[in-house]
Formats: sequence, C-alpha cells, structure tokens
Amino acid sequence: MSPTTAGIVFVASLVVALVLTHRPLGDYMYRVYTGTRHLAFERVIYRLIGVRPDTEQRWSVYARNVLAFSAVSILFLYAFQRLQDRLLLSLGFPAVTGHVAWNTAVSFVTNTNWQAYSGESTMGHLVQMAGLAVQNFVSAAVGMAVAVALVRGFARNRTETLGNFWVDLVRGTIRVLLPIAFVGALILVAGGVIQNFSGVHEVTTLAGGTQGITGGPVASQEVIKELGNNGGGFYNANSAHPFENAASWTNWLEIFLILVLPFALPRTFGRMVGDRRQGYAIVAIMGVLALASVALVTGLEIAHHGTVPQAVGAALEGKEIRFGVPNSGTFAAATTLTSTGAVDSFHDSFTALGGMMTMFNMMLGEVAPGGVGAGLYGMLVLAVITVFVAGLMVGRTPEYLGKKIGAREIKLASLYFLTTPALVLVGTALAMASPEQRASMLNSGPHGLSEVLYAFTSASNNNGSAFAGITVNTPWYDTALGLCMAFGRFLPIVFVLGLAGSLARQAPVPASAGTLPTHRPQFVGMVVGVTIIVVGLTFLPALALGPLAEGIQ
Amino acid sequence: MERLPSWIRQHLAALRALLVLTLVTGAIYPLLVTGVAQAVLGGNANGSLLREDGTDVGSALIGQSFTDEDGAPIRTYFQSRPSAGGYDPLASGASNLGPEDVLDTLPVPGAKDDEGNPDTGRQSLLTQVCARSKAVGELEGVSGARPYCTADGVGAVLKVFPAAGAPARVVSVNQACPAAPFVAAYQGVKVECGKPGEDYSAGRTVPVRGDARAVVPPDAVTASGSGLDPHISVAYAELQAPRVARERGLGLDAVRALIGRHTTGRALGFMGEPAVNVLELNLDLDRLKG
Repeated sequence: MSPTTAGIVFVASLVVALVLTHRPLGDYMYRVYTGTRHLAFERVIYRLIGVRPDTEQRWSVYARNVLAFSAVSILFLYAFQRLQDRLLLSLGFPAVTGHVAWNTAVSFVTNTNWQAYSGESTMGHLVQMAGLAVQNFVSAAVGMAVAVALVRGFARNRTETLGNFWVDLVRGTIRVLLPIAFVGALILVAGGVIQNFSGVHEVTTLAGGTQGITGGPVASQEVIKELGNNGGGFYNANSAHPFENAASWTNWLEIFLILVLPFALPRTFGRMVGDRRQGYAIVAIMGVLALASVALVTGLEIAHHGTVPQAVGAALEGKEIRFGVPNSGTFAAATTLTSTGAVDSFHDSFTALGGMMTMFNMMLGEVAPGGVGAGLYGMLVLAVITVFVAGLMVGRTPEYLGKKIGAREIKLASLYFLTTPALVLVGTALAMASPEQRASMLNSGPHGLSEVLYAFTSASNNNGSAFAGITVNTPWYDTALGLCMAFGRFLPIVFVLGLAGSLARQAPVPASAGTLPTHRPQFVGMVVGVTIIVVGLTFLPALALGPLAEGIQ
Repeated sequence: MERLPSWIRQHLAALRALLVLTLVTGAIYPLLVTGVAQAVLGGNANGSLLREDGTDVGSALIGQSFTDEDGAPIRTYFQSRPSAGGYDPLASGASNLGPEDVLDTLPVPGAKDDEGNPDTGRQSLLTQVCARSKAVGELEGVSGARPYCTADGVGAVLKVFPAAGAPARVVSVNQACPAAPFVAAYQGVKVECGKPGEDYSAGRTVPVRGDARAVVPPDAVTASGSGLDPHISVAYAELQAPRVARERGLGLDAVRALIGRHTTGRALGFMGEPAVNVLELNLDLDRLKG
C-alpha cells in the first residue's frame, strides 16, 4: 500500500469510527443532561459544594456561575504554580515565574492550553496532575454545559431558566469525561505511554553518553487532553513525544478522542430539540467542512511544495517516522478544527499552504466540529446568522427551530462572531508594530508574520497550538495572549448564554410555508457558505501577507 | 452562609466545586490509573526501559545519538535522525524552521558576540538539510547531492539585484568567499560569492533547484517533531547496512535480517509508516558480536 492510499484508509477508518459512536454517545449525553435523577456519588458532591441540584437558574445566574468558577480556577492554578517549589513532587523545579503562571492559568482554564513553558523543565508532577489536568476535565465540562444551556434555550418555551450550572458541570465531568478517560488512559499505556511518578532516571547510552529518561503521570493526562480538546502537552514536544504518543495506532486513537465528543454532541442537540434531523444537519455541516480541511492539509503535506520540502523530498521536518507525513497532516487538521491544539508534528515547519490551512481551520471559529461544547454553540450561532442572512434575501422574519431571530438575538450572535477576529487582528497588529515584539519571531519574512498571526489566532480561538518557533515566554506576549484567551473564551460564552436566555423566553412560532427548513441539504450548503465567506472576508488580507505570500511564488 | 451577599456565596460554591473536582479528577483518577497501569502493564508504564547486563541503557521509545564525544558518527552503529535537541529528553521539541528558510547568516571571521564567543552565524534550514545530506553521503559512500543544494553542502540560493527587472548583480549568498559560486552566471550576469557581514536583504531571493537527484532518504536530513524520534525509515536503514556490516565484519544478509526484525510495519496495515527502531537494532548488533 502506498503512503497516500494508507493515509486515505486512515481517514476513512476514523470516519467510520465516528459514525458508529455518533448515535450511542450522543444519546447517552442526551440522557446525562436531561435526566432528573442524581447518582448517590453526585449527591455527595452537591452537598460538599453546598448547592441545591434541583433549582433552575436564569441565564444571568448561569453565566455568573460560569465566570465565578473560572475566576476561582484561574486564581487557584496561578497560586499552585507559584507555590510549586514548596509542594510535593516538584522534582526540584522552582516556582513558575509570574507572567508564565498567569498565562498558563488562563490558558488551561479557558480550554486553550497554549504553553509558554516547556513541560519537562518547568512543571512538577503535582502541578501537572492536580492543577493542569483538572482544568482539562472541568474546562471541557464548562464548554459542554454552555452548549447544553444554549440548546435548552431553543428547546424550552416561555421560561426564564436554562438549567443548573453545577449539575451540568458535575455530570459532564463524572458521567461523560471520566469514564472515557479512564479506559482511554489504560489503552494508551498498553501502547507504551508512561504512567508513573518517577523523576528523571539517568541511563548510560550505547555511545557512552548519559540520557535522562523522564517520568510522570502522562497517560492519565494525555487522554483527557485529547478528549477534552485541551491540548496542553505533558512535554514540550506534546503528542509528538514518544512517551505521550508511542505508536502509529495510539496516534489514531488520539485523533479519534479529539473528534469523538464534538461529533456526537449534534445528536444530543437533535434529541433535546425533539427533531433528530436538525442534529443530522448540524453534523453534516461539520462533517463537510472537516473532511474538506483534512483532505487539504493532508494533501498539501503529501504534495510538499516549497523550497526546503522539495530539497528534502518530503515535508518531513518536524514530523515523526512512526506517524509518517499523511497521518501527521490528519492530526494537524483534527487538532485545529477542534479547540485542541495538541500536535504530533510541528506546524511551523509545514508547507506554507498546509500550515495556512491549520490557521484557517482555527479562523473558522473552530466549529467543524469545534471544541467540546464550544464547537456546538459556535455552530448554532452560525446557523442563527445563516437564517438571518437567508431572511434578508427573501424579506421574511428569520426563525430557527421555531424561535424568532429578532434584533436582540442577531446582535448577540454578531457580537459572538466579531469578538475573535477583533482580538486576532488587533493583537497581531500591536505585536507587529513593536520592534521588540517582532524580535520574538524565529523565522523571517512572511513566515515570521505567520508565526505572530498564528499565535493570536490560536490564543483568541482557544486552540493552543503554535507555530512554535516564536519566543512567547516574555512578559508582553504572556500578558497579551493571556488577555486574548480570556476575552476569546468568556465574551462569547456570555453572548451565547444571553442568546439562550432570550430564546427560552419566547413562545414558539409555528412553522409555516414561509419557514426556511433547517434540516435539508440546502441549509447545510448555506451554513457552509456563510462560514467560509464570513471567515474568508475577515482574514484573507492577513493570510495574503503571511502564508499566501510564502506559498504562492 | 445565607447572610452573605450572593456574589460571595457564588464564589465560595465555585471554590468548593473546584476543590471537590480536583480531588476526583486530580487525585483519585490519576492514582487509580497509575495503580492499574503499574499492576497490569508495569513495563510500559515505566517507560519501556531496555536492560543490558543488569543496567538500563535507555528506553525503546526514546531515540539516542550514536556519536562520539566530538559528535562524529560511530561507524559501527546505525545512526538516528538529526534532532533539534540532541536527543535530550529534558529538551524535547522540533527545529520549527519554516519551509522557505533558505538564507544563511554567514559568520564574520574575527567578530565576537556580546559574550565574547566567536560569531557562528546562522544556518538556514535549507543549508542544514544540504550539509546533512553531504555528510551522510560521505559516511555511507554514496552521493549526498540534493535539489537546491550546492556541491559544497549549502543551500543553492541567489540574491538578485535589483529586486525587480533585469538583474544587474547576483550573489550566491550562502557560499562565503572565497568559495566558487555553484553557477558561474545567472541570466548573463556573473555570480559573486557571499561576503560575510554584508546586507543582501534588498535583493530578490532565487533558490536554484539544479538537476541533482537525492540518494540520501528524507528522514536522514530532517529533524523530527519530538527531537527524540526512536525510528528511522527502512530506506535509511538499508542505506546504512553495508557500512555497518563492513565495520563489524558481518555479512550484509545478517545485518539486513536484523533490520527486518526491528522494523514495525503499519499498524493494522494502514496506520503510520514502517519504522526501524535504531536503539534496539544497535543493541542486537552488539549482542551478535558477544
């Protein structure tokens, strides 16, 4: 089998696996988020937290709880890193410096997992396990909770309430993420991923030198980093590191874990709004965009255009032999289409256009299929914008799932989609305007601009991958990117919950002959078009100066 | 509790939620995974260590460099891929150099940096690839030539002045004077060698492909993502086999059989690429001798 054929079978097998899990997992999550019974274990947790699980919350209370939980998490994680030298299992590492600790705390709480530090030389085992990895769980559960709250906004009528944040948070963590993570972690260990609490183990190599073999609870963190679309590596090399991703089939499993929840959530959505076809339409939009992107990234890497790839004979710089070029391209597409940002190969050394596609994936707003939860709510906001655009064309009041899209709704939806481009473009412009910040670029010319643009795109969209040549552990970048991550996460969440609140308040509009059907291929095509055009118009000038200038000669 | 303002109560609930979930997902969960993994899959969980004569010599998953103290390849061993971090597990990572990184900064003889070290310049990714290709070619006794590379092992790149219009001056920027440029003339203009310290940034960059065909495989000239890649391609192992056989006085067939034994094919026939584990292969070679 040629590498290209094998690469196509690899993608096809992932599609089959995702199709097979879509229904059962989506139905399971439907039961998790709509069930009225609490597990005994969960009742204990609610008592410890001090909340009544059966009370319903208005959107504003729900939003305040999300923000309170995230704020407390940031402070806790910051303090944890600053005090690590006085805690157990620090491996002798000093306290993390202030600006890196701030950046990392925001990064992990916002589900971004941008890493301004090198894992193996900065973080002790306790901070990794009980600080960073905890946020891998709960930030993903927060994303799912917000998505579920928005779906309830569509599903409910004439009500002020959207559910209970604490219940959604705890159920998402305990019933969805933990069981999959536990099984997945053990499978990864079977593939060679490590799971221990050792420090560095010195060995004498065959050539007579010494080598420090690292230890750590890696598998338990690796699995949730992919499943929760977090992406923060235990090691600097992230999922390219053999101790994080030991074999070609663990690579397949990690891509599957990245995609499994985002592709199952539309089923949950369809069940909750009482019309499965609506869920199929959403998953079809995600699938079309994702397949096109995977084909492009993988194809461009296999084609290896550009001077150095041509000199080498393959786009192999920054890629591992056991994965090969096609599977590395597929991983890169999956990690940027979602909000994961884990990497099994280094995007900075990708071909100019392959690297641009990974950036473009994030610029889409991470909706195909997007982050755990965040992808679903992003896509639903895009669907709202699409019915609005369609309504403008035929002169009718737009409606989606029986809810009128009025002035308030469209304002919130527009604000949602203006937030990240504003952060990306303003942030990049500020960095490029300052000679001091430009000095952080490793590469020169258009590729240098791509590094800065990628950094702000990744932070503002809460992805976390990087054109990693850029030096970002400076106070300026740590602060600026930290602000981008925080605003890029929490402003859209507030807009989404506001939208959910105003939808839930409405009485349903009965479907009439003038209602645009939102479960047909026509609608799927329209959303795909709106997604690409909205993004294309926003980011095309910036892309033209960076990767396009580099790739088209 | 009920008397507190609601925003304080909310933040207290948030703190308690975080602590409870930290206990569950940050302590119970990883400890449970560790317990089961250590009990059932202890070898894997501890890093797939390889033992020889009672001492650990490395991990089957972590590559090593098989070079002597001066960095020269040890000729009796199969060589690993280039690494951005020198196979140091405490500095994993990639080069992160881009696909159009083709311009070197030539070292200025006699110049010193801020710390008083001699100026070493900067090699572009293209020149690194060309230099590695040349070195591997010499080690294995084959041609190290590559597209876009000069015969002296740097990137074949011209700077043409002015940037637009008919060329008036052409410099082979990666070839420091007094080297002879890889082409004598470009569009009728004589090509100069590169003068260290001179600023050529105003010119148009023209990489020259040439007609060379590469014999040295791609993985031998590129750094991996992790900097710890334990594998090389089958092609690179095959290229090294005759040299290793000769240096060790072994039959080529015996060496090739060992390569086969340490080649992992694609999982299920379609995942990843076939890969040869270099450390395990070299360990087995040492055992053959004993």
